[in-house]
Amino acid sequence: MNRITLHPGTPIRIAILAMGGQGGGVLADWIVEMAERAGWWAQTSSVPGVAQRTGATVYYLELLPESAAQAAGRSPVLAMMPTPGDVDLVVAAELMEAGRAMQRGLVTPDRTTLITSTHRSYAVAEKAAPGNGIADPNKVVDAGRAAAKRLLCFDLQQMAERAGSVISASLFGAIAGANALPFARTAFEQTIREGGVGVEASLRAFAFGFDAAAQAPADVAPIDTSRPPPQVPERAANPQAQALLDAVTRDFPAVAQPMLIAGLRRLIDFQDIAYAAEYLRTLGTLRELDERSGGANDWALTRAAARHVAVAMSYDDVIRVADLKTRGSRFARVRDEVGAKPDQLVYTTEFMHPRLEEICGALPAGLGRQLERSKAFSSFVRRHVEKGRRVRSGTLMGFLALYCAAGMRRFRRGTLRHQVETAHLRDWLARATRIAPADYALAVEVLECRRLIKGYSGTHDRGDRRFTHLMDAADQLLGRADAAATLHRLREAALADEEGQALDAQLAGLLRGPFTPLEETRRPGYAAA
Amino acid sequence: MAERSFKKEVGQLRIPAGEEFRGEGILAVTKALLQSGVGYVAGYQGSPISHLMDVLADAKDILDELGVHFEASASEATAAATLAASVMYPIRGAVTWKSTVGTNVASDALANLASGGVIGGTLVIIGEDYGEGSSIMQERSHAFAMKSQMWLLDPRPNLESIVQAVEDGFELSEASNTPVMLQMRIRSCHVHGRFITRENRRPAFTLAEALEHPKRDVGRIVLPPASFTHEHEKVRERWPAAVKFIRERKLNEFFDGDFSDIGLILQGGLYNGVIRALQLLGLADSFGNTRIPLYVMNVTYPVIDAEVLEFCETRRAVLLIEEGQPDFIEQNLHAILRRAGCATALAGKDVLPMAGEYTTEVMRDGIQAFLAAHAPHALAPAPTAVASPPQPAAVPLRFHPKIAALATVVPARPAGFCTGCPERPIFAAMKLVEADLGEHHISCDIGCHLFSILPPFNLGATTMGYGLGAASSAAFNVKGGRRSISVMGDGGFWHNGLTSGIGNAVFNKYDGVIVIVDNFYASATGGQDVLSSRADNPNRATNNPIEAAVRGVGVKWLRVIDRTYDVARLRDALEEALTTPEPGPKVIIAQSECMLNRQRRVKPLFNSAVKAGERVVKERFGVDADVCSGDHACIRLSGCPSLTLKDSGDPLKEDPVAHVDSSCVGCGNCGEVADAAVLCPSFYRADIIHNPTRRDRLLARVRGAAIGFLQRRRAARLARCAL
Repeated sequence: MNRITLHPGTPIRIAILAMGGQGGGVLADWIVEMAERAGWWAQTSSVPGVAQRTGATVYYLELLPESAAQAAGRSPVLAMMPTPGDVDLVVAAELMEAGRAMQRGLVTPDRTTLITSTHRSYAVAEKAAPGNGIADPNKVVDAGRAAAKRLLCFDLQQMAERAGSVISASLFGAIAGANALPFARTAFEQTIREGGVGVEASLRAFAFGFDAAAQAPADVAPIDTSRPPPQVPERAANPQAQALLDAVTRDFPAVAQPMLIAGLRRLIDFQDIAYAAEYLRTLGTLRELDERSGGANDWALTRAAARHVAVAMSYDDVIRVADLKTRGSRFARVRDEVGAKPDQLVYTTEFMHPRLEEICGALPAGLGRQLERSKAFSSFVRRHVEKGRRVRSGTLMGFLALYCAAGMRRFRRGTLRHQVETAHLRDWLARATRIAPADYALAVEVLECRRLIKGYSGTHDRGDRRFTHLMDAADQLLGRADAAATLHRLREAALADEEGQALDAQLAGLLRGPFTPLEETRRPGYAAA
Repeated sequence: MAERSFKKEVGQLRIPAGEEFRGEGILAVTKALLQSGVGYVAGYQGSPISHLMDVLADAKDILDELGVHFEASASEATAAATLAASVMYPIRGAVTWKSTVGTNVASDALANLASGGVIGGTLVIIGEDYGEGSSIMQERSHAFAMKSQMWLLDPRPNLESIVQAVEDGFELSEASNTPVMLQMRIRSCHVHGRFITRENRRPAFTLAEALEHPKRDVGRIVLPPASFTHEHEKVRERWPAAVKFIRERKLNEFFDGDFSDIGLILQGGLYNGVIRALQLLGLADSFGNTRIPLYVMNVTYPVIDAEVLEFCETRRAVLLIEEGQPDFIEQNLHAILRRAGCATALAGKDVLPMAGEYTTEVMRDGIQAFLAAHAPHALAPAPTAVASPPQPAAVPLRFHPKIAALATVVPARPAGFCTGCPERPIFAAMKLVEADLGEHHISCDIGCHLFSILPPFNLGATTMGYGLGAASSAAFNVKGGRRSISVMGDGGFWHNGLTSGIGNAVFNKYDGVIVIVDNFYASATGGQDVLSSRADNPNRATNNPIEAAVRGVGVKWLRVIDRTYDVARLRDALEEALTTPEPGPKVIIAQSECMLNRQRRVKPLFNSAVKAGERVVKERFGVDADVCSGDHACIRLSGCPSLTLKDSGDPLKEDPVAHVDSSCVGCGNCGEVADAAVLCPSFYRADIIHNPTRRDRLLARVRGAAIGFLQRRRAARLARCAL
């Protein structure tokens, strides 16, 4: 009964997943031009819509040899959108877009080559988290191994930047290098040449992409997200520093040493060797506590303290900020970051906003406290001083102002801020010390909670408040079997959103009875402990 | 004209007859208009038909040569009313817009036009923004065709068919004295394909001739008794004329197949997807040869009863593939079959979903279900499987545990403000105001500024239509603790916001706050000029300030912020507007140039200045990683794509720190926000002086010597005690 003859000829199906502004359209157009020049039918379509403004979008292409159309005697009828399980080549211009392609079912083990750049362009949700909201890239790589017939992952964005070009060029190179389409390298390169825009840079990026794909290993290695610990140096040039180094290697377990070195470095940089020695003494006490409390296996308490005590002791005050902003190394780094050429001049403008708290904090403790209480002074400051100040740190006046502020470090230990920070530190460590013998894990969590305190002004205040809540929670939790795990969850919740809604919800849910604000639960004695 | 140039595309409009055109669908439509001897074209830009407008806006020379008048209309209503030129004169006219939103706006004029009818062919090219990638409510333009009785073309999505539909559309319109709608789906607009061109034609009758020989006929005007006559005319004369033309010219297509006792009826626009779906079932090839017979409705309204019956009467069962709801065509087919007493089973939305886009996958499943019920033998492997391309697995891989786990990492990635967008600081200021004065009811509008509803801003409660931001706050004109805020863009303002929003607010003594975002272009639709644009446009009158218009309709409380990046000033203006005892609408005009367009304009100038050796300064922002503590408060007030994260490089800082990447355009928002919100001192602005003068270099040497000395001194001290 067959009157209709079905003809052979199956188009190559290609999906390109990109974000608006990445040049996914350019890449699609290049493939079309190359295919048409080689005598193929090529169709592309897309739904850019508002996705042109950084949203995720898909370009879909189909290619069919002209000879097949001639044999069939009819123009091909090509699909306008990808069908799950029916795509030969998926190109993702960013790692999570490769993930999206797999979620859409476009990648299939029996036929799909998946080429993705491993670089990340973080989504707003990832960036906005107060802690670390960055998604685990290896979940995508893992899924790619399972889903694709062939998986190719490299940082094609970095290759493009190295070549002074854009990612569409290095992606085009990777397609060629992977042998994913039946066209020779010269056909690819010719297409770029005929485009006529930024040809040399595009060809360089193309070559990087090509080589990476041509030499790609069959097994894709996971993306390294580890943070290497600092090396413990053999020697220090300064004899006092050497003494500290000796104390670290002699008195502390090896697992804690790298972080202690980082801490010592930070505090020498922040104040001086004597201050760093003070840090090491505090840590020595905590190490003993750790041992007494049965933590000598992995020294979790010492390690946590090594990090967080160093951060707490090197609080960000005016002196610190002015110091960091005026360093020669910083001037060089800015030049590097903005990509200035040797014959160009670079001047930086700093955005400062001194508040009453900062001004009083930088004064001797007694005076600072007095002025902070003075209505006349605070209203004067609010009216005349508290406003955005632009400091041009590359001009003599601007630089000297900051340099002098940085020079105040010799008076730092006498400032109000130092007094406040020291009291805070003492209070916090006293709590950990008190808890450790009863619940070691909870004490470690108490130390880890210090991570919440960061930022400046309002952000800092919010972090501080949340930290205080958690400290109170720790007290209430003490004695419960799941105390440490609960506090850990609370800490995660506190880092989840700025308004602290997640934390409030968890606090209400996890603690017995309604959560009581801190003033009422603070008992005398803690601060003095 | 917009800052983007469409020179290459304009060149394609000049391809001589008989040659092959290769390019985008919507550009093919533009070429087809010229081939059809169109006399005038108007429209309102919007995805997916912006390209048509943009190309014609840049094609003045060729339009002048052909004697074609082109207008960028004030709104879709204006565009539709422009078609009035074809009511009394034999001039072909075409208008275009994004549908269904544009059709909503135009429907008053369209209804009047359709009632009186036309002499010259009129074509309404509607960009049907439906399905993936759409930015509007999901509705069908089909309803408008039905209610006003205009014919609706939905051609097969290949350039040849689309171009043919344009030419047929004009003729159909003339043959039936009825406006014709040509529906272009998103993917059809953007599809790259080819067709053989014909010669561009000058209009047979020109607008100038019409002006010189004016004609009127009260019978064509929608006034009693003519309006009653029109309704009868539509049914007695125009409809039969259209049916006759459609049948004679074979606008709808029949494709034969092996299984002659069943068949598929489909909208033309779905054709390619249906063929692929059949192919996935082993029932078609890549060239449109199908084993199941097809009736392709390139005209989806009116439905041609005779053709339907012809197709159905020899078959046991047919499946109608009709995208979108309500199922207008399906209801129509049921009526036709029943009236004719035809026993053929009609399947449709019973095997296909009622709502949502008909992707290939959806149609394959629907067709499979239909065949399983009515012709299971068709699903058996073909005896002579000549061409059976590899079939996708029955169960897509989406359910694999590792892929399902991606849901926890792959982030949603909606569109957002561009790098350096001048609208970002407006909403940052609004966030700061909310921190001070509490949350307010905010009415949004259509335009880029609508991205403020998304994270990190999360502002805005409703959006009722283009230019209707202020209007949608109208009810909140009551005494209360807090005023409402509404936002509209310059595009929306000129589209209708001036009257529907501002004028209405003045007249009704509205007490709330209206923010007008003036970024010099209709940015969301591709950066077209509007009345208040600052560009010198030889073909249009620009530089008409919004401020003058607002004052003109009687607004008394008005603040113009001429630099939106001044977050503190904007915050103060907003706070004042929300708290002032002054009655009447409080209008704030926030002005800064759209950064996308600004970069297009400024970048080439900057580069050529650098090349010419001129002293130029480029600004960029950065973050000192050692000062940044990684709390990301700045990001929560910005969301700028160039403000991102990187590893702190400091073993003591676990959390990533903020980082400004190389795409920064130096708009200044980061610094201003950090300042206004008193965030932190990590931000810096770097001024990079290209081609410094001798004075610059001298000054730099002096500064460098003094600063360098102090820096080395301090560095040496640090190095002495380094560990």
